[in-house]
Amino acid sequence: MNFITNKISEEKYKVLIPVLLLPLWFLLYLNLERLTNFIVIEIINLSQSSHFTEAIRFFIYEVPKVLLLLILIVFAVGIIRTYFSPERTRKILGGKKLFAGNILASMLGIVTPFCSCSAIPLFLGFVEGGVPLGVTFSFLIAAPMINEVAVVLLFGLFGWKTALIYMSTGLFIAMVSGFIIGRFKLEKYVETWVYEVKAGQLNIKEEKILFNKRISAGIDAVKEIVGKVWIYIVIGIAVGAGIHGYVPENFMASLMGKSAWWSVPIAVLIGVPMYSNAAGIIPIVQALLEKGASLGTVLAFMMSVIGLSLPETIILKKVLKLQLIFVFIGVVAVGIIIVGYLFNLIY
Amino acid sequence: MIIKILGGGCATCNKLEETVKRIASVNRIEATFKKVTDYQEMMKYGIMATPALVINETVKCSGIIPKDEQILQWLKEN
Repeated sequence: MNFITNKISEEKYKVLIPVLLLPLWFLLYLNLERLTNFIVIEIINLSQSSHFTEAIRFFIYEVPKVLLLLILIVFAVGIIRTYFSPERTRKILGGKKLFAGNILASMLGIVTPFCSCSAIPLFLGFVEGGVPLGVTFSFLIAAPMINEVAVVLLFGLFGWKTALIYMSTGLFIAMVSGFIIGRFKLEKYVETWVYEVKAGQLNIKEEKILFNKRISAGIDAVKEIVGKVWIYIVIGIAVGAGIHGYVPENFMASLMGKSAWWSVPIAVLIGVPMYSNAAGIIPIVQALLEKGASLGTVLAFMMSVIGLSLPETIILKKVLKLQLIFVFIGVVAVGIIIVGYLFNLIY
Repeated sequence: MIIKILGGGCATCNKLEETVKRIASVNRIEATFKKVTDYQEMMKYGIMATPALVINETVKCSGIIPKDEQILQWLKEN
């Protein structure tokens, strides 16, 4: 009995954790620059303004900054996701018309918890629940492409504009690709057994989740995601700091710079078969941008690696005929290429 | 007690299976384990995310790995 009451009070205290940690977070985040200068100059005692000092300063400043941002955002997204179960998302999307449905599905793709191994049950569940094919695709494209880790990293390392651009163009590609797939009525290229599936009724009660449970979910998300990706972030920033002075500035410019028109399609062609999580790709993105590759090309590369992956398409092969798989990859790839060109043009 | 793990065989699914098996054996709870990898079979339970845990034909959870205490509680109830 005692054990149970202990357990409950322990749960209650969890609400206090973020309340106590948030001011600490801000204090640390806002004073990071001063702290870095103090460490670099007073403690490590490096001379001002040498290449090496700059590299060290960059590393000491960026690692905690990006990790702090990541913790905050993953925590917030973890809480938001408790409000959107796949079942609820299906209910919202069921019977929605094209266009409006595509917009909604792309946005729900961001906040609904999703892992690519669940792609099949989710696809079947959506089709069963009367979600149109094109709307389902918008969801399936947005969910992996716009993920919180990618957005945080872009925000932390390249500023809020880049992050916003990534998010909005990712959303746009998901909406338009889904819309096109829906418009061409490709239902006949879905494996026939899919429409014969008789799904059972799920009987897990959707009980009201207490707020401290949601906080717990946020904390769990931080433990799981930050615990998994922190090493990539440290490596990525180390790469960024390391190549500062050692690789010629325009090393990549002739290959992946603006003037090379072929760079965008090539980047997508290389990116599609590659498979990596958002964090793993960041060291490469960092290195490419640093050395003169243009933003559009790098963005296209990043989107095709995260958004279109070979393992996921192989999984989807179980429910889709080859024709539809090609249409899916083709439409999304073309969308990414257009975005790539657009950004090379603007920047 | 019949315990079914529903999932296509990804890392998370395997982890759920290991966790449930470990908890059952530590607490000396006898159960028959079955792995469901066929999607049509899975859909009969109405789930939309894997892995899912089914105890005596009742879906206990889907898309997550529950806390150890929660799993133990389910195992004891059945």
